[in-house]
Amino acid sequence: MKYILETKSLTKSFGGVHAVDHLSINIPQGIITGLVGPNGSGKTTLVNVLSGFSGEDEGSIVFSGVDRKKILPWENQAYGITRTFQQIRLFDQMSVLDNILVVLTERSPLAALFERHGAYHLKIAEDILKRIDLHEKKSHHAGDLSYGQRKLLEMGRVLAMNSNIILLDEPFAGLFPEMVKKIEGIILELKKEGKTIVLVEHNMAIIRNLCDHLIVMDAGKLLAEGHPEKILAEKSVLEAYLGE
Amino acid sequence: MEYIFHIFILIFIYGILAIAQNLVMGSTGLLTLGGAAFYGIGAYTAAILATKFGVNIFASLALAPILAGIIACVVGVSFARFRDDYFMLATLGFLMIFHTVVRNWEELTGGAYGIAGISKPELFNFTFQTPASFLLLALAIFLLTLGISYRISRSSFGRVLNAIREDEDALKIFGYKTSSYKLLAFTLGASLSACAGVLFASYITFIDSNFFTINESLLLWSMIILGGIGRNRGAVVGAFILIIVPEFLRFVGFPTEFAGLLRQFIYGSLLVLLMLFRPNGILGKYKL
Repeated sequence: MKYILETKSLTKSFGGVHAVDHLSINIPQGIITGLVGPNGSGKTTLVNVLSGFSGEDEGSIVFSGVDRKKILPWENQAYGITRTFQQIRLFDQMSVLDNILVVLTERSPLAALFERHGAYHLKIAEDILKRIDLHEKKSHHAGDLSYGQRKLLEMGRVLAMNSNIILLDEPFAGLFPEMVKKIEGIILELKKEGKTIVLVEHNMAIIRNLCDHLIVMDAGKLLAEGHPEKILAEKSVLEAYLGE
Repeated sequence: MEYIFHIFILIFIYGILAIAQNLVMGSTGLLTLGGAAFYGIGAYTAAILATKFGVNIFASLALAPILAGIIACVVGVSFARFRDDYFMLATLGFLMIFHTVVRNWEELTGGAYGIAGISKPELFNFTFQTPASFLLLALAIFLLTLGISYRISRSSFGRVLNAIREDEDALKIFGYKTSSYKLLAFTLGASLSACAGVLFASYITFIDSNFFTINESLLLWSMIILGGIGRNRGAVVGAFILIIVPEFLRFVGFPTEFAGLLRQFIYGSLLVLLMLFRPNGILGKYKL
């Protein structure tokens, strides 16, 4: 199995609390890896560190064999990483279309000021909105969308980024079954395209249905790692996570 | 008629300032109190160049925005780590430094006495001496500023500025080094404000440091909040109203001993009422 992302003794603390505690894990390339654990086990902190949203205190992150320290958030694109947030973070007072277009724009200020590929980006954005069933809402403010539509728009931005590594922080939280199916469909399409997906999720049915690999965290540490069916049958996992 | 021209010249000058303020504060969400400083830098550049070196105001219209842009770049890089209210306090500090420098550097700025005798603009032996001709010049520069700002707001650059205003941290995740966008917006805003300063100095023909205080910066805030944050037309409407209303109140027959206070009271009350019933401003869609 080829690993695209590894952490080596990664540590992140808040005050005296080790949210991520000397964690060493491997994320296989091109499949869906589930990241589970009780509340407060450090899953979101790990996603924040991997995406450069907050810097690590110790340890290192290895992307495709290259050791990286202190990832800065804006370097994500260059390293082919994108993420969603547990609490949806859209650009609420911008249109649905602009929320997608802003992800497609050239990153240099001067290139953005004199953009030459506007029509091309507009076509991509429109296609993405059709794919996530939000095309009819393209002129609405993102803040006016329903909760489920906002989750979809976050996925739309992931599609627009076209990154190789996608970190999804509870994309199904609070969604009704039809919307869960839609987002599952998008995630499976991304997997077909060869993307590496890390999925933070609490719903074991979804984990069993989608994930090829599972990482279980507890108190910032690695509890178990392997195939979901095997891991979810382990006594230590059942005790720590499911309380069984 | 000359009074009407005078009012519209002020509307165009403040319209330029409000558009610049809107670019920095309305579109990008940078709470700056430095608007009056860059306005002053433009005015003092024109005044010094005209009175000490005989430089044509049109040359100042090219030089002052460059100088203001360079200063804004230095200030912007220095303040890059600050956000929101901290950035606002830092820009207030910059405004105070500017004010202190122009008030005390007497050889260059005239200190408390200011600079008088600033020439009117000249182009091909034509001097923009009359209010009507100056009005046309102010209108032309106002329209040019509006065009630049409209182009920015319709571009991908403008879209990124709006996203910075909405959620800068989330935008960084998509690969944006937002500090360079904010710096460019701040610099462009400063350059446009300097253009307004050049026009003002040449129109009034006298300037001193009292024209460029925090009151002026707060007036610019009021203009864009009243007209509608993040919209060019909102900035223009805000400038129009906040220049027209005080002038209009001059013609209401208040007793002379209270006239000034009553005008201020009515003016302030109107602003409070508008904010109570229309917090997004007259044409606004956004909130800071």
